[in-house]
Amino acid sequence: MPIDFLYPKFEVVRNPQRCIACRVCERQCANEVHRFDPALNLMESDESKCVDCHRCVSLCPTRALKIVETDHAFRKNANWSGEIISEIYLQAKSGGVLLSSMGNPAGHPIYWDKLLINASQVTNPSIDPLREPIETKTFLGKKTHDIKRDKNGHLVTETSPQLEISMPVMFSAMSYGSISYNAHECLARAAAELGIYYNTGEGGLHEDFYRYGAHTIVQVASGRFGVHKDYLEAGAAIEIKMGQGAKPGIGGHLPGGKIVGDIAKTRMIPEGSDAISPAPHHDIYSIEDLRQLVYSLKEATGYRKPVIVKIAAVHNVAAIASGIARSGADIIAIDGFRGGTGAAPTRIRDHVGIPIELALASVDDRLREEGIRQDVSLVAGGSVRSSADIVKAIALGADAVYVATAPLLALGCHLCATCFTGKCNWGIATQEPELVKRLNPEIGFLRLVNLLTAWKHEISEMMGGMGINSIEALKGNRLMLRGVGLNEKELQILGVRHAGE
Amino acid sequence: MKYVIVGNSAAGIGGVEGIRSVDRSGEIVMFTDEPYHTYSRPLISYYLQGKTDIEKMSYRPEGFYCDNNVRLERGVKVAAIDAENRRVVLDSGASESYDKLLLATGSRAATPPIDGLENAALLFHFLTLDDAKALKSIVAPNSRVLIVGAGLIGLKCAEGLSATGCSITVTDIAGRVLSAALDEGGASMVQRHMEQQGIRFRLNDRIAKITKNRATFAGGQHVDFDILVVAAGVLPNTELMCALGCDAQRGIRVDSLSQTEVPGIYAAGDCVRCCDISSGQEKIMAILPNAYLQGEAAGVNMAGGNKSFETPIPMNAVTLMGLRVISAGTFAGEEHNAGDEGAYKKLFVEDNLLKGYILIGHVERAGIYTSLITGKIPLDTIDFDLMKAQPQLMAFSRSGRQKMLGGQ
Amino acid sequence: MKRITVNEKWCLGCHLCEYYCAFANSGGEDMAKALKGITIQPRLRIEQAGCISFAVACRHCDTPLCVKSCITGSLSVRDGVVCVDREKCVGCYTCVMVCPYGAVMPSESGAIQKCELCTQRSPGIPACVSGCPNGAIVLENGG
Repeated sequence: MPIDFLYPKFEVVRNPQRCIACRVCERQCANEVHRFDPALNLMESDESKCVDCHRCVSLCPTRALKIVETDHAFRKNANWSGEIISEIYLQAKSGGVLLSSMGNPAGHPIYWDKLLINASQVTNPSIDPLREPIETKTFLGKKTHDIKRDKNGHLVTETSPQLEISMPVMFSAMSYGSISYNAHECLARAAAELGIYYNTGEGGLHEDFYRYGAHTIVQVASGRFGVHKDYLEAGAAIEIKMGQGAKPGIGGHLPGGKIVGDIAKTRMIPEGSDAISPAPHHDIYSIEDLRQLVYSLKEATGYRKPVIVKIAAVHNVAAIASGIARSGADIIAIDGFRGGTGAAPTRIRDHVGIPIELALASVDDRLREEGIRQDVSLVAGGSVRSSADIVKAIALGADAVYVATAPLLALGCHLCATCFTGKCNWGIATQEPELVKRLNPEIGFLRLVNLLTAWKHEISEMMGGMGINSIEALKGNRLMLRGVGLNEKELQILGVRHAGE
Repeated sequence: MKYVIVGNSAAGIGGVEGIRSVDRSGEIVMFTDEPYHTYSRPLISYYLQGKTDIEKMSYRPEGFYCDNNVRLERGVKVAAIDAENRRVVLDSGASESYDKLLLATGSRAATPPIDGLENAALLFHFLTLDDAKALKSIVAPNSRVLIVGAGLIGLKCAEGLSATGCSITVTDIAGRVLSAALDEGGASMVQRHMEQQGIRFRLNDRIAKITKNRATFAGGQHVDFDILVVAAGVLPNTELMCALGCDAQRGIRVDSLSQTEVPGIYAAGDCVRCCDISSGQEKIMAILPNAYLQGEAAGVNMAGGNKSFETPIPMNAVTLMGLRVISAGTFAGEEHNAGDEGAYKKLFVEDNLLKGYILIGHVERAGIYTSLITGKIPLDTIDFDLMKAQPQLMAFSRSGRQKMLGGQ
Repeated sequence: MKRITVNEKWCLGCHLCEYYCAFANSGGEDMAKALKGITIQPRLRIEQAGCISFAVACRHCDTPLCVKSCITGSLSVRDGVVCVDREKCVGCYTCVMVCPYGAVMPSESGAIQKCELCTQRSPGIPACVSGCPNGAIVLENGG
């Protein structure tokens, strides 16, 4: 119906002087935007299909292409934006929930950008990481309250199981199914190479990747897909997924069409059946219930592996975290509202949850106030974009961070945010073999290693600048942070002083 | 170790390179009755046509003999072999000793038994650079040329001469052109193509008598000519072996290590008969690639290495007045036609093997077909329908391709 | 021994290698100018059927039949690379007849052309290798 017509969001700009009609754009666009017209000997575009993923732009050998946002516009209206108007047309046509992918793109404050890092001058010398060691290694897990000695006076060094990480970063959960086999291989190999961990997400662990188990966190989510004894044993830690920052309070749904072959096998469900993760765990309605699952998993694995409980950052996050710390969990992962997703209802993604910076600060405060901070490690996720974000997160109180969007970008993702279509032109969020092969793990894994190696250097430099030579000394060291452009309340929650103070 | 090589063409050069791949220091002496640096014989038609020159016809670079430490004796004919004392005796009476001898004596033009052939006003063969030079110096735009023999040499000669604008008639007893390299259909395509460019053919006819400027055919018709070129096949130069009492009239026999029946004597090239693996028949395959490969293998073996040239098959790649023709193997067994527009293609299959093929017009990637013949690839291990349509590696199994191209 | 290895598993059939090859051998400085409006004659070719694709280029064989069979001596091995003297080549296609990979190509000039690993250009990494977006064409420097 004409009423449903929406002008394409993007326009393909092709420089006719530079286009040599090699048709790479046509071959590489799974959305079939480009087409060669033999009669005119010209490339043409159907822009209505363009998702702005830049595959064609990146591969065009003559730089003949660019994608621009259309300047076609609805009548200007500060309240009724074009986006909102378009969405109403779409829903009026479909009667369905709007779907989106990747993290919340809305213009909420990004507190990382309003926090600034300290550096030493004169009175407290900075450290040159090229000359002196900076320890980026840290351990995640329950720490001891007191120093204990045996009857001979020797220190008791036994602790609860810990995760050793060479730098305070881990790859957060992305399931096999939501991303491709090759993407998982990249993450697994990079984690092993870097001495950190990647996370299976809720899709189970492909049998090929059991060999990376020492660098794998296996997830147990409400759908319990792919969970069995060997799976739990395979990983270095077990994560109970209670929530996800991109879609707090709701479950997940991987359509049956994507449940094929190895994905069905790995998830242990029949091919073609929808993989529905319920919103809650049907056996968890209280901290006590959670404690039962935590201990079930510990019991199943002989108390040799730390258990992580992952939650979305929501309004009562501090109280919830306090409860989790008392449930026996070793690590709490908090996922902020800008965290990514393969698919989420747009309204949930964009309107539910709170920023990770505020959640992290308040949880750290609360656990300290209650004297139980050492019972759990805190892992913060939900749009940690750079080494500076990592340093700020540690200073706010995190023991480590989870990253996922950044590594995906390293693998080629251009944040077109249409993962839910399953036609990822970069071979990441797709299961189509022709697209999956576009991500060669030989290349991808190296790019991940490069990215995190670069970050590690930067973290060392920033720490050295502050005169701090270990992650332990930076943790919760909020004096190393100052706020800019923040109001009193924000500064209070973040527990930092304003710049200049 | 001292090596003597008789012949300075492909097999002889192959011999030098074969020896040098094993033995960098042994003495090599090479005799040739021609006065030239090694040159490519098949290029004489290009020379005639003006498409190449003497310099570019060099089969190997200027410094070849020096770089390979070869003493080249030009314009010297080897008259006999003293096998007992391991010496070759030269025309001059001088002799040269050897430890290992390679006969790469090649072939010479056959003279058909035509009455009065010697009476022809101007009679030429077309095998050597001297032949081509002589022909080139004499042919004029108004010359009438009669070429006896519609084989490869005859047709390439016709092509070479056509550039001068002379009138050319090609005759052959056989009913078709290139009878050794093409089947009926392919031959008629080539013939038609050359006819369109002004070459006249008189096939399936025998010349009964030749007088000064006239060839009279068996049926009584006649063709007048100024120049007669006899291109009726070649005969192996085997006199040296025959003189040793060997039965080598129809080609020298060698074993898998290129040795003749006389100890210390090896042979390679157009003077040798060997087994065509596509037909299983023993024959002389007087083509340059085989000559080189045989010579190279012989050289390696002479120097103490171990190499056998195991895949000789008849094959020809030729362009005739712009029409490209490649054929190989034997034309026996089940025929598969797969030509597309303006092209001719036939594959011959027997016992699950490709035995031969003919490509005219579109010849790209023909080597893939050749490799099926020489490699004796069972056709049920490949996608033959795909292969038939186009020579392509896609028709092999994935693991087969992996072996060929490396990688994953 | 330098040689190109083709990883069929990672070939996307994008044909970029063919264009980078044609450009590298065009002598031009701008790909758009060099290749605009022409049918390219690359020295390697993609074979493609359904979802299988792979590049085929000269393997620079240890025993190069093309070199041994060349009637003019215009093919030779230089530092392990099979090279062609295109001035000397008469376009007889004997090499086309013997190359088991079908990697010797015709060219517009009549002489043959083939991959020379970009040694005639600036030495280093062949254009197809550096231009492949997915590591499907790799330069091996093995012995």
